[in-house]
Amino acid sequence: MSNTLKVPTMAEYMAEGKQPEVLFWVGCMGSFDDRAKKVTKAFVKLLHKSNVNFAVLGTEESCTGDPAKRAGNEFLFQMQAVTNIEVLNAYEIKKIVTACPHCFNTLKNEYPGLGGNYEVMHHTQFLKSLLDEGRLTIEGGQFKGKRITFHDPCYLGRGNDIYEAPRELIRKLDAELVEMKSCKSRGLCCGAGGAQMFKDAEPGTKEVNVARTEQAIDVKPEIIAAGCPFCNTMMTDGVKAKDKESEIAVMDIAELIANAQDL
Amino acid sequence: MNYIPNILFAVALIIGIGYFAKNVKKLIRNIKLGHDVDVSDNISQRWKNMAMIALGQSKMVKRPIAGFLHIIVYVGFIIINIEVLEIIIDGLAGTHRIFSSIGPLYGVLIGAFEVLALLVFVSVIVFWIRRNIVKIKRFWAKEMTSWPKNDANYILYIEMVLMLLFLVMNATDLQFQAMNNGNVISQFIAPLFSGLSENAIHIVERTAWWLHILGILGFLNYLYFSKHLHILLAFPNTYYGKVKPKGELDNLESVTNEVKMMMDPNIDPFAAQPESTEAPAKFGASDVQDLNWVQLLNAYTCTECGRCTSECPANQTGKKLSPRKIMMDTRDRLEEVGKNIDANNGTFKEDGKQLLDNYITREELWACTTCNACVEACPVSIDPLSIIMEMRRYLVMEQSAAPMELNTMMTNVENNGAPWPYNQMDRLNWKNEA
Repeated sequence: MSNTLKVPTMAEYMAEGKQPEVLFWVGCMGSFDDRAKKVTKAFVKLLHKSNVNFAVLGTEESCTGDPAKRAGNEFLFQMQAVTNIEVLNAYEIKKIVTACPHCFNTLKNEYPGLGGNYEVMHHTQFLKSLLDEGRLTIEGGQFKGKRITFHDPCYLGRGNDIYEAPRELIRKLDAELVEMKSCKSRGLCCGAGGAQMFKDAEPGTKEVNVARTEQAIDVKPEIIAAGCPFCNTMMTDGVKAKDKESEIAVMDIAELIANAQDL
Repeated sequence: MNYIPNILFAVALIIGIGYFAKNVKKLIRNIKLGHDVDVSDNISQRWKNMAMIALGQSKMVKRPIAGFLHIIVYVGFIIINIEVLEIIIDGLAGTHRIFSSIGPLYGVLIGAFEVLALLVFVSVIVFWIRRNIVKIKRFWAKEMTSWPKNDANYILYIEMVLMLLFLVMNATDLQFQAMNNGNVISQFIAPLFSGLSENAIHIVERTAWWLHILGILGFLNYLYFSKHLHILLAFPNTYYGKVKPKGELDNLESVTNEVKMMMDPNIDPFAAQPESTEAPAKFGASDVQDLNWVQLLNAYTCTECGRCTSECPANQTGKKLSPRKIMMDTRDRLEEVGKNIDANNGTFKEDGKQLLDNYITREELWACTTCNACVEACPVSIDPLSIIMEMRRYLVMEQSAAPMELNTMMTNVENNGAPWPYNQMDRLNWKNEA
């Protein structure tokens, strides 16, 4: 396979007078963060595998404004939102999928009030729907029988009550899904939300990501599955802090499915 | 002469209920100090929430031991209060056990009350042990000293005493014991008094009867000064609680108007602003009057159980933030503002204090990850996160007082459309990278 992925932009679709089935909102982490970019690529491969006509905004995409809003800067958030909504509405976007629960929550819940009404799905929901429609097959591959624990992203789980889609995907890998002490609606945060990702934590006795990683280590997983680029970073750092890098991998669910099929 | 007890009873009832009503009025006035918020949406979901969460205790049982014991005390208190109706009629009319005329069913009712009274008594003792002997962590947090700590124990003591008085009252009611119908528990207490004369037993019975009803009136009036207000406010609070997805944060309307003006090419930037007598809206909250009335209702509803704080990732890792303290601080400041208004003939006189800094520190506010664990954990739909967010908004938009790193992040978002200093034109570079 060539190193270059085919990733059409909305502008290209527009030029051809066509509409994609879905817009893939890549997000800032997915665009710029080295670790998250791998997740982006894995997800794109799965979209291709499932013959989904998708497009990205590319250079027309901009931060949803989530970290600004959670930091208290409603002004900056709404500036970002209104600008993005103008772009999205100009392209007559109906359906959006994103691999970031923060983008997902903001686009789905906070944009409608500002004039942006779209069907928004998290990539685990979208992959689940592809699976249900028979467009995507999931094989266990190298993950068959592996102990995997899923770390619920706050903005996917508690924030939007989505707990099952990611878990069903993991089960399809024929993996052994083990739950941490705090899971689903009581899942412990990774420590990155609310703009914490961009600042040092306040003085305390421990870092939140270390506390969460300890909960994960307690159930002896081979893989910690993530569904959020921020969680992915925090859990990866947590595993490093506990010197468990050689035993535990932190992987996004899209990566698990793509890697299982050697995509 | 025979009417004296009736008159005394009526006076006690009027004072007890009157003073409570006066404080309820004050409570409503204080809650209304918050600004208005639209709660007219999702009416059927709101009723459902109240039925499930308050009436049905659905969130209490998420922690099975405390939840089970709480249901006993809750059901016990509601059902035993049917007995209070009889006491009130007896007290006013000078009758004795007026409902006993309904026949054998009366025994069934009183028997059920007695069993519940015993169960409540035992549950309350277990609560006391959990709090004072087992010392469950959430009851011993930093904010749970002095009044909050004592308040919790006083409530348990009052409940124990009320249940005991009820059982003693029945046990020393010779007529009731002679009926031998419904005295399922009190028949085992009755022998304790068998050495006393009939007259002495009667005095014990009357004393227990009076103390029981005076105790209930006293407890009713204690509510306003206590965290125990939740027994009433849990109902409206679950009704008015958040019905949107937890992840959704409201969009500030005042900001929307400004943003729309800025983005609208048809608006003349040099046009004279329309005359307005109103002060420009303040962004966010630095004091209780800047919050909305549901948030203030939240504060009065909090019973300081600490489930929020025990689930909070910041608190679990030793940070100063405690969602419970956010609610307690909001209530304490609101009470202070209310007293200020009372002392100044109905208007608030500037006291040089506010919720921010004098009660809630910036360090607490910035430790929040907005993970919603506290909101999820609350058994009565309190939303501490919404208050934290309003205060962050004030810090950032009114004071430009965000932590430096966050200012950097926001500058990046503003300039590059990403929280890091990457160029927006590089957003698609990943597709060409190996």
